[in-house]
Amino acid sequence: MSKVPTVELKLPILKNMELVATQTSEVVSKHMDLSEEQSDEISMALIEACINAFEHSETKNEIYIHFMISDNELTIKVIDKGKGFDASKIKIPEIENKINTKERKRGWGLMLIKELMDSVDFESDHTGTTLTMVKKKTNNE
Amino acid sequence: MSKIIETNLINNVVVIKTEGYLNNDLGEEIEKITKKYIETGNKVFLINLKDSKIVNSIGASILIEIIEQLQDIDGELVLCELAPIIEKTFKIMGLTKYCSVYGTQDEAIKGLA
Repeated sequence: MSKVPTVELKLPILKNMELVATQTSEVVSKHMDLSEEQSDEISMALIEACINAFEHSETKNEIYIHFMISDNELTIKVIDKGKGFDASKIKIPEIENKINTKERKRGWGLMLIKELMDSVDFESDHTGTTLTMVKKKTNNE
Repeated sequence: MSKIIETNLINNVVVIKTEGYLNNDLGEEIEKITKKYIETGNKVFLINLKDSKIVNSIGASILIEIIEQLQDIDGELVLCELAPIIEKTFKIMGLTKYCSVYGTQDEAIKGLA
């Protein structure tokens, strides 16, 4: 079995480092001949995945991002070695519940990732979290 | 990296033009300016995001806070010149249910007249 071409990034927990990830995803998207719309969706999902890893994992270490390139799809893994999270406690945010209420305005990350990517999965325990998201290649007209 | 590049008062509309990543920092800058203008009696705000091509949900969440503040005074927040991915993100979040979006600044100013 041939090895999947993979681009690997290691990001320190520093302000705006998620933009380093989006620059890489843009190059990868271009290489794969993905549409501009798809490339933008990947970048946006990646920003949210990085912010989640930076903030919610409470890790002091780096996060790792793997871009796995295949003919039909791009698979991105965002890996942190933080405290993990309980998926059952995540509420789907609704703006009606956030506006003019005391509910915190944030918490959109996972919902945006799910909407922007073709599939999203995560494994999480007390040793860290791996979020896997996939964008399928569609034929450019 | 990201900043407010212009603030103008046009036909009683406070126009705030940004540049760069709409993140926590830029969101807070916008909120600060908005508060300042609310204190002097302004109620209608237009944010021109032509030169902000990228956003995160924290920056967008601050816009929700601004919408709340404006609702309290019967004010309005309007957006224009959004990059397609920003418009899509705001739609997913439901933000566009609470603020109008225009293609250009001129259209927005005319629409608010």
